Formats: sequence, structure tokens, C-alpha cells
Amino acid sequence: MKLIVAILSLVWTPLAVAQDSVPPAPYAYRQLDDPALEAKAHDLMVTLRCLKCQSQSIADSDAPMAGDMRSQVRQRIAAGEEPEAIRAWLVERYGDYVSYSPRVTAMTWPLFAIPLVLLLVAALLLRKRFGRNVSE
Amino acid sequence: MTGATSKGPRWALWLPLIVFAAFVVLVLFGLFRPADREVQSAMIGKPLPEFALEPAVAERPGLSSADFRGEGPRLLNVFASWCIPCRIEAPQLDALSKAGVEIHGVAIRDTREDVEDFLSQYGNPFARIGKDDLSEVQLGIGSSGVPETFVVDANGIIRYQHIGVIRAEDMDLIMAELRKAGA
Repeated sequence: MKLIVAILSLVWTPLAVAQDSVPPAPYAYRQLDDPALEAKAHDLMVTLRCLKCQSQSIADSDAPMAGDMRSQVRQRIAAGEEPEAIRAWLVERYGDYVSYSPRVTAMTWPLFAIPLVLLLVAALLLRKRFGRNVSE
Repeated sequence: MTGATSKGPRWALWLPLIVFAAFVVLVLFGLFRPADREVQSAMIGKPLPEFALEPAVAERPGLSSADFRGEGPRLLNVFASWCIPCRIEAPQLDALSKAGVEIHGVAIRDTREDVEDFLSQYGNPFARIGKDDLSEVQLGIGSSGVPETFVVDANGIIRYQHIGVIRAEDMDLIMAELRKAGA
């Protein structure tokens, strides 16, 4: 086991080091000077999926690619682009998968419809039950 | 009829259990089916976005979207010297280039020395190599890792995305995709 770990670390460490031999993108680890714009960028970044480490948002991830995505988002926000336009730009390239904020589409509408249907059914059932009690 | 059964048929009593069992089956299915974690680009069939990259090495020119116009198709290979699988695909890229396929490289977050070392060690199948330190082109074409290879036709339209290493057994597939794109 120790041997395996040693071999793995031999393979992976140079990788991580080599990727970092290029300085990170300008706004990967630097916030925008305007706090309002930074807040806008941050709100968007927490809802974008890191494509390298798929369970993290790009705001959470230290992957170099997530840094590049943060830098893009911040620069576009600073240039006056709307957060939803940036999200749409990414969705155009990676599909809905890149966004953590679900959209209503031909495939996802049941997710939004089923809770409403269940609520409606529950309301009907309750009304039937309590209605009968009152009439009795 | 008794009060208990007057509300509905007897089988309705089992309905919640059946729904629950169906849910368990669904969860098990999702757990044991080998899931596809690859992120497909949504740019297939769309034009290559506009870009212009600086040269990554001295002996090859840089790469811009205009280099993909006219007399295609071409391959766009996203690679990096720090990417170990990229070494495995080098012989296949070499063979493609010897077969007359024009291959353009996009080097992700790489230094000139590292790319030069990589090319001298594993061969240089590229006509042009652009330096993409900010993953701009990678994000622009919907690629999420290295290596990835895109077939781009003579009009600059992305026709096919190959995620991961081009293995020896993928060569027929790549050649077929190139033919489909007009080779």
C-alpha cells in the first residue's frame, strides 16, 4: 500500500507542479476591485460547475481550469456583461450540465410540475377528508 | 363492506410499497450502471469561435481560427506537456499527420521549454501550435480536459469531438469522422 502511494505521488506531483508552472489567470485568485461587481461575479460562480472536479462549483475549486473560468467570469462581469448572459455562453458550450441552476426544458419540466401536482392531490385529499367530517 | 376497505380497492394498500420499491430499483440502477462522466461539447455543428493564439514554441507558428478555413478537414488537438495521457496518443497523432491530416495543437497552461521538451521526446505532428494559458480556446470550444481532439471541416465548423486519448483502435473512427467532414 505504501509503495502504491509512493508511486502515485511520483506520478501526480510533477503533474500538479507542471500545470502550476504557468501563473494563474489574472482574476483566478484576485477579486474585482468593485465589491458590488465582485458580489455579482461570486453569485454566478457558486452556480457554475467545475468541469474538472464535477461536484464543486468553480468558486470552490482549486483546479487550474476552474481558476481560468473564474477569471473569465470576473473579466466579463467587469466589462459589464450580465451574469445570465455569461451562464448562457457556457451552457451553449457545455450544455446545461455546467450550470447548477436548473432550467425548465422539455426534459426537466416534470421536476417542476410533480411537486405542484402532489400539492394539488394532497389538498384535494385533505379537503375530501375534512369536508366529510364537517358534513357528518 | 367494512369501513377499512370502503376507501378503495385492497391492492391500493400496497401502492406505497410498490412506489418505494420502484424508487429503490431506480436508485440501484443509477448506482450500478457505469455512469458517463464525460462532458460532451455542445459546439458540434457550430463554427469554431474566433481566436488568435501566440505561438507555443519557436519552430511552429501560432494558431488562429482563420487557420481552419479552406481545404479541410483538420484536427484541433488540445494537449499539454504535463498531460501524461497525451504521451500515449503521440504515435497516433504522428500516424495521422504522416497520412496527410493537418493537425493544429492548442497547448494548455504550458511553458515554451516544457512544450519543446515534450515535442522532442514524443514527436511533433503539429502544423501550428497555439499557446492557451487562460484556457480561452478550450472554454470556447466546450472542451473540459486534455487530451481532446476536434474534427473541424473546411468551413471552420466543428464536426466531431474525441474525448481522451486517441488509441490505436480509435484510428478507424477518427479517419471515418474526417471522411464524413469532407476529407
